[in-house]
Amino acid sequence: MSAALQSSVDRGSNVEPAILLDKVNKWYGSMHVLRDVSLSIAPSERVVVCGPSGSGKSTMIRCINRLETHQEGRIVVDGTELTDDTRALDTIRREVGMVFQSFNLFPHLTILQNCTLAPIWVRKMPKAEAEDLAMDYLRRVKIPEQASKYPGQLSGGQQQRVAIARALCMKPKIMLFDEPTSALDPEMIKEVLDTMIGLAETGMTMVCVTHEMGFARQVADRVVFMDRGEIVESGEPKSLFENPQTDRLKLFLSQILRGH
Amino acid sequence: MSETTATAGVISTPARDQPPASLVGPWAWLRTNLFSSWWSTAVTLALGYIIVRVIFDVVMWGVVNAIWTVPYNANGVADTGVCQLAKGSGACWALIADKYRLVLFGRYPYYEQWRPALVVVLFVGLYVVSAMRRFWRKELLLVWLVTLTVIGILMWGGIFGMTYVPEDSWGGLPITLILATFGAAFSFPLAILVALGRRSRNLPAVKMLCVLYVELIRGVPLISVLFMASVMFPLFMPAGVNVNKLLRAQIAFILFAGAYLAEVVRGGLQALPKGQGEAADALGLSYWQKTGFIILPQALRLVIPPLVNTFIGFFKDTSLVLIIGIFDLLTMGKVALSDPPWQSFSTEMYVALAVIYIAFCFAMSKYSRNLERDLNRARVR
Ligand SMILES: Nc1ncnc2c1ncn2[C@@H]1O[C@H](COP(=O)(O)OP(=O)(O)OP(=O)(O)O)[C@@H](O)[C@H]1O
Ligand SMILES: [Mg+2]
Repeated sequence: MSAALQSSVDRGSNVEPAILLDKVNKWYGSMHVLRDVSLSIAPSERVVVCGPSGSGKSTMIRCINRLETHQEGRIVVDGTELTDDTRALDTIRREVGMVFQSFNLFPHLTILQNCTLAPIWVRKMPKAEAEDLAMDYLRRVKIPEQASKYPGQLSGGQQQRVAIARALCMKPKIMLFDEPTSALDPEMIKEVLDTMIGLAETGMTMVCVTHEMGFARQVADRVVFMDRGEIVESGEPKSLFENPQTDRLKLFLSQILRGH
Repeated sequence: MSETTATAGVISTPARDQPPASLVGPWAWLRTNLFSSWWSTAVTLALGYIIVRVIFDVVMWGVVNAIWTVPYNANGVADTGVCQLAKGSGACWALIADKYRLVLFGRYPYYEQWRPALVVVLFVGLYVVSAMRRFWRKELLLVWLVTLTVIGILMWGGIFGMTYVPEDSWGGLPITLILATFGAAFSFPLAILVALGRRSRNLPAVKMLCVLYVELIRGVPLISVLFMASVMFPLFMPAGVNVNKLLRAQIAFILFAGAYLAEVVRGGLQALPKGQGEAADALGLSYWQKTGFIILPQALRLVIPPLVNTFIGFFKDTSLVLIIGIFDLLTMGKVALSDPPWQSFSTEMYVALAVIYIAFCFAMSKYSRNLERDLNRARVR
């Protein structure tokens, strides 16, 4: 773990961050959901975001690929600042993959079509090449035999692994996960987490909202704790979990542990 | 059953997988559905009696006692005396035999009526081809363009040795099919654009325009839209520009149907989970890619029943063009009945017209049910 931390610190010092949030603020109407959120994530860093419900985790992660717009501050992804400029947005959406809590597979397309649609139309990849690539990723998430089925015929865990493969088919530099295992039955959580651990080992930059503390300990270089729209604490998972500095984190951890 | 007894004591036997004979077969169906109680038996018998009576009367009137031909006098005028005598007990189908060409093709020159007849066949062929999913390719658009062009050439003529026939002489079934087909072909894409526009978040002007269009058109009766198209529209045109009456009625229909269909389509868009669009965005698909590949295929599938419902409604509403002096199928039926010898045989005429309308509407509704079933078969939920 300390080696990982060391490397992330090294990278942070001399390499341009993969994701930079600088005093980001966001309001829904009069509700202030992100308050001066600043966060710098280095390439290949794995960051886990946790916090109580409604604390703004989803909002923050969705701002990174501009599914939500922020009103103040700067967000720079892979060297490109997120503004109203649609060309910048296209560039960033290609480089950032996202996995949702509710999978959001396209139910009218087969698994293979789900995976090849974006490479063919956005990356302009020839169909045969896109299919080879998709099969490659489906093998990596261990469901190549389901390629010609429709999402509705798969279990939740299988669907979420397809969703991961679908995002990877765009060869993104960054992957965002918003509670990828929260909608799954316990026996399926492991298969999805294993897939994500495998992905982390390839050196992918990952931001993951999750309450799976085991996953955070095993994979994360850094854990960020959010509450009421603010980043309250962040640090290496071991020290953060074993030695929380703030009362809010202590309370949150005690609730999480009781819940499990 | 014998196996069950032979292997008594064994818990699972193949024969046991079948329900007992008393639960299957036509007799069981009858017993559970029609004669399950004293009350249901009484209702079954009463309704059965009524149904048999009605069928009997209809067959007696429409077939057994019906008059199929009447004599003509020296001037070619039908002598409907026999029909008058049989009135009430037997239908006078001689009316249809006498008038079917007038009703189907209107005042189109008699010896040129093979042209509208061919047009009707082409329309039906076009519907059949478009209905088959294996023809749902880009080439289908070409087929439509070519067929509609051929239809135009046949109706107007003026080339290939065919005499020119102005739209004022068109009438009957081709008019109904032209209004319905062009109406559907143009109002549906229009409706999709309006529905998308109405949901647009970053183009407020477009959104306003779409809302205005839908609310305005929905707020007035179709008849007044037709009147506006036929009476007021020419007043706004510069002198010398003359858009023909049929085209004006056609445009009125497209605009009217478009507003209703737009709301149906919007219902489908609304019903789609937000996550679908977000997933498409996150993958970097452009707005039109997202709409074309993800949103519309799912949204339209959800609204097939109300869509077809609206289409059927508009197919029948084409008959309202009679009020602006266009002679569609129903109008031609009325015209045929104004011939003095036939004046009192409107029942026969309307029954015959109803059969034509029902044939088209039933085909649409049957097709929509099949389509829904086929599209849903692939994706088990
Ligand atoms: N579209 C929206 N409109 C208005 N308010 C919203 C919207 N989306 C989220 N919010 C509010 O913003 C706040 C932050 O929401 P967010 O979804 O980011 O929380 P979260 O940390 O992801 O919570 P959870 O763990 O329940 O997913 C919440 O109070 C929520 O009610
Ligand atoms: Mg959330």
